[in-house]
Amino acid sequence: MLYINCPHCGMRSQNEFSYGGDASVIRPLLEKEVSDKEWDDFVYNRKSLRGKHLELWQHIFGCRQWIKVERDTATHEIFRTFKADEEFAK
Amino acid sequence: MQKYSVFNLIKNALSNHENWDLAWKDPTPKKEYDVVIIGGGGHGLATAYYLAKEHNITNVAIIEKGWIGGGNVGRNTTIIRSNYMHDDNALFSEFGMDLWRKMSQDLNYNVMFSPRGIINLAHSDAQMNVYARRGNSMRLNGIDAVLLNREQVKEIIPMADFSENVRFPIFGGLMQPSAGTARHDAVAWGYARQADSMGVDIIQNCEVVGFDVSGGKIKGVRTSRGDIKAKKIGLCVAGSTNILAEKLNMRLPIETHLLQACVSEPVKPVLDRVVTFGAGHFYISQSDKGEMVMGGDLDGYNSYAQRGNLPTLQHVLTEGIAMMPFLSKLKMLRTWGGIMDMSMDGSPIIDKTHIEGLYLNCGWCYGGFKATPASGWTFAHTIAQDRVHELNAGYSLDRFNTGHLLDEKGLGTKTWIS
Repeated sequence: MLYINCPHCGMRSQNEFSYGGDASVIRPLLEKEVSDKEWDDFVYNRKSLRGKHLELWQHIFGCRQWIKVERDTATHEIFRTFKADEEFAK
Repeated sequence: MQKYSVFNLIKNALSNHENWDLAWKDPTPKKEYDVVIIGGGGHGLATAYYLAKEHNITNVAIIEKGWIGGGNVGRNTTIIRSNYMHDDNALFSEFGMDLWRKMSQDLNYNVMFSPRGIINLAHSDAQMNVYARRGNSMRLNGIDAVLLNREQVKEIIPMADFSENVRFPIFGGLMQPSAGTARHDAVAWGYARQADSMGVDIIQNCEVVGFDVSGGKIKGVRTSRGDIKAKKIGLCVAGSTNILAEKLNMRLPIETHLLQACVSEPVKPVLDRVVTFGAGHFYISQSDKGEMVMGGDLDGYNSYAQRGNLPTLQHVLTEGIAMMPFLSKLKMLRTWGGIMDMSMDGSPIIDKTHIEGLYLNCGWCYGGFKATPASGWTFAHTIAQDRVHELNAGYSLDRFNTGHLLDEKGLGTKTWIS
């Protein structure tokens, strides 16, 4: 069982969350020309790192907020969690 | 190599079975090979076997980080089927069914292929319509499919829950009678033994740490047991694909996820088919030892841990008990997990890459085991001829760019949704 510290609600079990995938994927800006490669990288191509992985989760059976979680994909250890609109560097 | 036969069994019995040949050798890696296959799982071993058998390329090495058959070929639920709707998937899998039927004789190794049939249960009128459509598509591609009504299903699997007031009543099902199961370890060992006998070097405990690429061509591979030169290299590493792709500066439409399976304590024969639950993701069969072999959903988040988490197991078994209530009385014997190379449309990739001499075999999602022979056969063809065979033409890497997706399940790119 994973325990995820929701920045809004506190420590909860994984059963309250749903997964939203790699949080490092950024949608290409709409106002500029988007190449096929940029679009492929956004829609399909993933790094799928072994080790520290920044990912989105939604606290769907709680506050329903999207959050960011930094987790190790090999050990499942969670290093930190923060609000979805907070940048990784903070 | 000694043939496995009744005659040799009796002969070796006279010397207390102490003089059998080793099934495969433990060679030191040579400096150079024509082809190096990375990954000693089912697909890698099958690829080496068909390179030797079909294309007469025997200066081949298989490099395996752990031990052969220790990954997904030893961790699956052994289901073999070709009940696909899309042409590319159906024709590829049905080609594989032919190889499965001949495999024990071909490899001189009993892989215990048991064509016991698979039944996908339907729980609504709409689902019956979908199954009728899929069954018709299958039959158009020469695959056997039978649409069963509720009474027919009840006759075949009376232990399923046919009571009236259940959440997911059984309306019927789609059966592929020629589908079945096989002894998964024997598949790996059978391919390994034959490949070895034809001159393939099976190199275990040898981790790939890097690649030599120059001028857009592959030159060799750097391993924990030294550098190995190779004209051609095939990647066959399932859940570890992204780790090697990163060393090649490639980004692939693959995410690595964890899939669990489990077996119950052995019981007397009760289920002689493979059955899948239609209102969720659960599949079950009974092994020859009597264990109920069960599997279902991914754990649902990127993972390289070859072990699972209990919430998913509980969820999957809840579906199992809804389908066959007697399962609640059984004790769990073992659970385990494997790491899946989940592609972004649910279909695999067997293709060349932008690097000359580098070939890619990945994206098997839930269906890697049954594809073992067809994957090895087509990958060997792709490597040997430097072009894809028509059977794997649809499994191209650039389909994600051109839009020719093979979305058999129509799930989109969220591979963790099941």
